[in-house]
Amino acid sequence: MSNVKKFMFVNRKAPYGTIYALESLEVVLITAAFDQDVSLVFLDDGVYQLKKGQQTKGIETKNFSPAYRALEDYDIEKLYVDKESMDARGLTEEDFLVSVTVLNRTEMGALMDDQDVVLSF
Amino acid sequence: MKFGIVINEGPYQHQASDSAYLFCKAAIEKGHEVWRVFFYHDGVNNASKLTEPPQDDRHIVNRWSKLAEEHKIDLVVCVAAALRRGIKEENLASGFRISGLGQLVEAGIKTDRLVTFGD
Repeated sequence: MSNVKKFMFVNRKAPYGTIYALESLEVVLITAAFDQDVSLVFLDDGVYQLKKGQQTKGIETKNFSPAYRALEDYDIEKLYVDKESMDARGLTEEDFLVSVTVLNRTEMGALMDDQDVVLSF
Repeated sequence: MKFGIVINEGPYQHQASDSAYLFCKAAIEKGHEVWRVFFYHDGVNNASKLTEPPQDDRHIVNRWSKLAEEHKIDLVVCVAAALRRGIKEENLASGFRISGLGQLVEAGIKTDRLVTFGD
């Protein structure tokens, strides 16, 4: 496929509790394999997906957070975090597993407006 | 306009599949094309032919099969999401097929608009 589109994945849910975050990551990796322009956004409880030190033994669920570190191997380097969501949860950039760009709502809106495909999970 | 549809929630539990169905019908009536519907997350449960709602309720699964047959819509169920939830070839309703996530990406590339229904 020759044409490249801008795909944005908006992650809004906590990493565990529901399967949205894990299954979102699966689509992200496939989209990168199709050589598309991929951006990831983390907002609302989605910011917890990037939190360092996730331990899932107690809930007998796979800890998939190391996969976020592997994103750059797939040339996925555009990671954006919503500032309001981050602040509201007492998080800072130092709490995240990977380096991200923090945007305010206006900047985030403009970025979304610039996309061809927005998928929200 | 050429539409791609993504459904992320199961039938009856959530309105996503109903809204997507009504959207598709309305779009087709207006002369648009619905090229593919992709079922992901719990949305894969929309493809189970074992579904038996009470007689006085809508049959969400059969409704999709009928719409797909009438308008040649490609109903694709994500294989990874389906296997996790016990949806396999042997219990797949007519008009649906199981394939990979690449089909979702392809829908994003080839359609004018990809519209998601879900939470």
